[in-house]
Amino acid sequence: MSMNATLLGQAIWFALFVLFCMKLVWPPLVKALEERKQKIAEGLNAADRAERDLEQAQQKVSENLTEAKAKAAEIIEQANKRASQILEEAKVHARTEGERLIAKAQGEIEQEINQAREQLRKEVSVLALSGAEKVLGAEVNRDAHKQLLEQLAAEL
Amino acid sequence: MAYETPQEYIKHHLTNLTYGKVPAGTPVCDSSANLTGETYQESTWIVATCYEELEAMGFWAFHIDSLGWSGFLGALFILVFWLAARKAQAGVPTGFVNFIETIVDFVDSQVRDTFHGKSKMIAPLALTIFCWVFLMNSVKLIPVDFVPGAAHWLGLEYFKIVPTVDPNITLSMSFCVLLLIIGFSIKAKGVGGFISELTLQPFSSSNIVLKIILIPLNLVLELAALLAKPVSLGLRLFGNMYAGEFVFILAAALMGVWQVAVAWPWAVFHLLVITLQAFIFMMLTIVYLSLASEKH
Repeated sequence: MSMNATLLGQAIWFALFVLFCMKLVWPPLVKALEERKQKIAEGLNAADRAERDLEQAQQKVSENLTEAKAKAAEIIEQANKRASQILEEAKVHARTEGERLIAKAQGEIEQEINQAREQLRKEVSVLALSGAEKVLGAEVNRDAHKQLLEQLAAEL
Repeated sequence: MAYETPQEYIKHHLTNLTYGKVPAGTPVCDSSANLTGETYQESTWIVATCYEELEAMGFWAFHIDSLGWSGFLGALFILVFWLAARKAQAGVPTGFVNFIETIVDFVDSQVRDTFHGKSKMIAPLALTIFCWVFLMNSVKLIPVDFVPGAAHWLGLEYFKIVPTVDPNITLSMSFCVLLLIIGFSIKAKGVGGFISELTLQPFSSSNIVLKIILIPLNLVLELAALLAKPVSLGLRLFGNMYAGEFVFILAAALMGVWQVAVAWPWAVFHLLVITLQAFIFMMLTIVYLSLASEKH
């Protein structure tokens, strides 16, 4: 257990291993640890940012949705208005058309009646004349009684 | 390996394999530790095979086993950590790299908590001390006769494998720490600052004459304080490891194969001591260097 030159030998080992550790071992390990720390910090930051972005996006989505809903409601309202307007117009048009058709039909009927009456008049005068001939047993002069016949026809 | 008494067994197991210079007139031993009756004619470098040769050796002797094992374990530490360092990247670490990174992170946080200055050296230094001392202490968990037995079979008379049971090893490391303390002090305060710290404290006076008179007293006190740091650092580690090893060897000497009844619980307890002593050595180194680089 005497003290001897082993002291020097161990001191050389010591210096050598500390030097190796300083040059070869410590820097890459600590660098890796630091880089990892930074990476983790960056990752956490990114996660935070993503969360914020998501929140913003959701907010925007809900805004857009509300806007779209409002627009849709407006469009539907307009469409309804337009539809009722068209309906109203159609109704008016149909009514006038109907009235016109009725008037036209009535005109035609009246004309027919007048025609029939005219013909009837003519036939009445002929019938009356032939009736009178039969009653009198002689020919009646049409021209002589023309005025009388016309008077008769006008009374019909 | 014939041991007549437990004392001899213990003494044998606490003797290092030593390569050193013996002076002329030292008795020569053969490989079985028996005296041959001859003496060395002139001073020679030999591997000691008996206590007579060992005792004749002066300062110029190397404990081959201690140095070999400490070098091997230090190289093992560097190799393992270097492999991890090569694989380390910012992505998800694998099991082995993760384990190494845990140790590095642990040491790094200890250094950051204690040492507030800027130094590229102190953290790797702390890591080296912690892992290396831990490995050197761990060797004692190998049963005491395994490696010396194998060494004896190879023809080596003495073989002590735990480097930290050798005070040369622990004190060498702690005196390296002393050199670093002095270096850090001078770097932080300059040579003048360092000298004034040694001479003008703790007793000081505004009277210049009294100040000069107090210098020797301060110097003695401060030098004692400065030297006490590495001595206590080295001896603490050595003492703990030596005591622990002694119990293992004692159990082996007295109980033979039944030593396991004592050695196993003692080894379990020593898992704690081994780690704790490595941690204390590292922590005190950081504290001393942190004190050295603080300005007063």
